[in-house]
Amino acid sequence: MKSFIYFILTLHILSCSPNQNKLEVYDFQGVKKFLHQKDNKTYVVNFWATWCAPCIKELPYFEQIQEKYKKDVEVILISLDFPSQYETKLIPFLEKKQLKSKVIVLDDVDMNSWIPKIDSNWDGAIPVTLIYNSKNRQFYPQSFTYDELTIEVEKFLN
Amino acid sequence: MRNLKLFFLTLLISTTLSAQNGYNIGDVATDFRLENIDGNFISLSDFSEAKGFILIFTCNTCPYAVAYEDRIEALNKKYAPMGYPVIAIMPNNTTIKPGDSLEAMKKRAIEKGFTFPYLIDREQSIFPQYGATKTPHVYILQKSNDKNIIRYIGAIDDNYKSASKVKIKYVENAVEELLNGMQVHLTKTKAIGCSIKI
Repeated sequence: MKSFIYFILTLHILSCSPNQNKLEVYDFQGVKKFLHQKDNKTYVVNFWATWCAPCIKELPYFEQIQEKYKKDVEVILISLDFPSQYETKLIPFLEKKQLKSKVIVLDDVDMNSWIPKIDSNWDGAIPVTLIYNSKNRQFYPQSFTYDELTIEVEKFLN
Repeated sequence: MRNLKLFFLTLLISTTLSAQNGYNIGDVATDFRLENIDGNFISLSDFSEAKGFILIFTCNTCPYAVAYEDRIEALNKKYAPMGYPVIAIMPNNTTIKPGDSLEAMKKRAIEKGFTFPYLIDREQSIFPQYGATKTPHVYILQKSNDKNIIRYIGAIDDNYKSASKVKIKYVENAVEELLNGMQVHLTKTKAIGCSIKI
């Protein structure tokens, strides 16, 4: 009987929102390390959300960049989706798209304190992209076409 | 040669500046004549009794704007009688965002019981003059000799998720300061929002 209860309990734990574990959710303090990595790679960091149509439109270009320059570039897609929509929107979106780029989630309500720390020119509209490596750093408060993004990334590689 | 360099430098600086045009604190805000959800056209000059305005670029379709709907209504309820009514302006291109059409705006306003004017910037000519880039994006204007002076630009408060967990009510603090004849001490704040669709 006791082992049966354990069995049910284990089953219950396993079935409790298993999807939640798939997301890497950070506050700004936790996200900072992804914005200042000091190695030989070039990092392409894009802030996006499933509710942001222009973000979704340009997402494939970031995927293509990740694929094309996989040796030298790491794309990091930072989702700003609402926690209340992780289960209903974000996780289904990620499962459907099977993105190759790294996806992390930023959940930090005190936006006025962290937005200027990412770039003083950012007024809070998304999408925005940050490209950096050990030598250079550039913030782009704009949407990209694939060609535009390629040109910018290549500036960092040459 | 040096002059040429200087010329290009000046050109670069001026184009950089013009890329971020729009109002700054202390600038005189333009008036407008925009269609309200009831079909009437509204201007700031219609509000002869107002001491100023809480002008908010907002819309139906942005989740941040939606998260703030009740708080925007509460601002109007509290501050319209004190001389600072909320004027909401929907800046999006409705071809891209059909959910922000005048008809949809009207429907949402009825559902939510909005008591403030909810105007449409149909020509998309007003929001660029203010320099609004996203929804929601707040401008607090103070009337002074029939001019409307920009006193605050930014977010409503510091917690989009939960009104009850807000620590700093940026807009309320600014309006209270103006009502008390004081200078606004926190004049600019930033928040994530949905880019205005053009």
